[in-house]
Amino acid sequence: MTWDDMQPLLHDATIETLQMVGIATLVTLLLGLPLGILLVLTDRGGLLRNRPVNKVVGAIVNVGRSLPFVILLVALIPFTRWVVGTSIGWQAATVPLAVGAIPFYARLVETAVRGVDGGLVEAVQAMGGSTWAVVRKALLPEALPDLVSALTTTVIALIGYSAMAGTVGGGGLGNLAITYGYMRFETGFMIVIVIELVVLVTLVQLIGDLVVRRLSHRGAATGLLARLRRA
Amino acid sequence: MITTKDLTKVYTSRGRQVSALRGVDLHVREGEVYGVVGTSGAGKSTLIRCVNMLERPTSGTVTVAGVELTALRGSEHRAGRELREARRRIGMVFQHFNLLSSRTVQENVELPLEITGLDRAARRRRAAELLELVGLGGKAGAYPGQLSGGQKQRVGIARALAGDPKVLLSDEATSALDPETTRSILGLLRTLNQELGLTVLLITHEMDVVKSVCDSAALMRDGRIVESGTLTDLLSDGTSELARELFPLGDSAGPDGTVLEITFQGDSSGRPFISQLARTYQIDLNILGAAVETIGGRQVGRMRVQLPGFHQDNVVPIGYLREQGLQVDVITETGANAFGSKGVLA
Repeated sequence: MTWDDMQPLLHDATIETLQMVGIATLVTLLLGLPLGILLVLTDRGGLLRNRPVNKVVGAIVNVGRSLPFVILLVALIPFTRWVVGTSIGWQAATVPLAVGAIPFYARLVETAVRGVDGGLVEAVQAMGGSTWAVVRKALLPEALPDLVSALTTTVIALIGYSAMAGTVGGGGLGNLAITYGYMRFETGFMIVIVIELVVLVTLVQLIGDLVVRRLSHRGAATGLLARLRRA
Repeated sequence: MITTKDLTKVYTSRGRQVSALRGVDLHVREGEVYGVVGTSGAGKSTLIRCVNMLERPTSGTVTVAGVELTALRGSEHRAGRELREARRRIGMVFQHFNLLSSRTVQENVELPLEITGLDRAARRRRAAELLELVGLGGKAGAYPGQLSGGQKQRVGIARALAGDPKVLLSDEATSALDPETTRSILGLLRTLNQELGLTVLLITHEMDVVKSVCDSAALMRDGRIVESGTLTDLLSDGTSELARELFPLGDSAGPDGTVLEITFQGDSSGRPFISQLARTYQIDLNILGAAVETIGGRQVGRMRVQLPGFHQDNVVPIGYLREQGLQVDVITETGANAFGSKGVLA
């Protein structure tokens, strides 16, 4: 295969991957974040402590995380058809991707929010804040760098999962690598695709780290930098 | 201003019950600085957290500024609307400051005002005022991570004052600070108390804190208040453990003779009564220990002296000292060492 043969294929596959991962990430953020916070709040010692709710949500998250993605992809076909109206194509692949990533991100959110000093929760309560105020003013802003870092990990995991989307005709870079590189023995093409994936993942990680660094005001190092910048 | 009646708090953990408070009656008057001292585990932290219902007492009542907080709705972890509103009128400062690292100093001070729903311009104005008040006018844009411990606590105090409270609770506010910073923070609390008429309830394990800012104090042990009162009253009570802790003279009773402990407050501290005593009665006095300190803005001194002979030989000189308005306690007689060091806070 020549570069001219590869280019249009690469172009389409890249767009597909970005669409799948992008939409799945958005849905994951929208649903995984509240779920993770709910896990912390309903747990023992939490502000909304509620054992039954905590157990049920925890169990659902665990089941979601233990299912292999390929199985999820197939098992969810009826649900996928109900949500997006089709069970093939990149649109269909976004549903299992999101369903797989939501519990993954929820657990990471849980860990991040748990890391917030309990004293801050108490401070907001002492100044007359409601549970909602505690979440909005203390838990989320203080956990933000960790939440972004968790999202970076999730996006990268989604890029990996999206390779399997080919099973339902979802397309994307991973699918291209398998159908051309593996099945048709186009090793050169496979190397190109793998390089693109490496670049993509590295880029996501770099952007994530950059955002995290901008958001943290904790260490003395950031303090020093800020002071130098102001001087 | 703050009254607790028969307050108890029982924690249950793994089926075992632990009593942190066993019937605490506390009365803090308006405009005073009240210190609760005790070792860790005495229950003082539970007590102060019960005052704004961060911990809900098992039984008993808490009344702050005329509002009975224990009667307001809400579980321990979710306060009802009325309790949340009552809390806005009670400021609290913490040992570890509890500032949001993601917000600047100014934004930290604005936080309680955001919760009360004040508009942006008013919040900004108020925060600037408060930062000026605590001496951090130039630090509005800094992040807590860039501040020293003392500066962080000043931010904590400014934040606690944002809602214009009548009562300030201080939970070991100076325990994480070095002695010099502690002094400056205590000085600030004193100033706020005097200028704003703020009632301050503080808990501490350091006697020096009580000595330098408190008007009244209480000693806690095993979930109970064992002693309480104004410092002036406590110091003129010869049996007060708190007074002894404020004035540790050591354990230096001589082998024989009569040992007296003389406490003097206010203007009597300026008079040379010891040399007058020696001259008038021709007694050879032996000074075993002495200290003069400023407690709650008043000069207070205590001295332990040894007089030769038995108690009955010294009735006249003791009477002379009492006539001078001094408080005299007879500690020992001729070798019988009745007074051992009672380490209240050792």
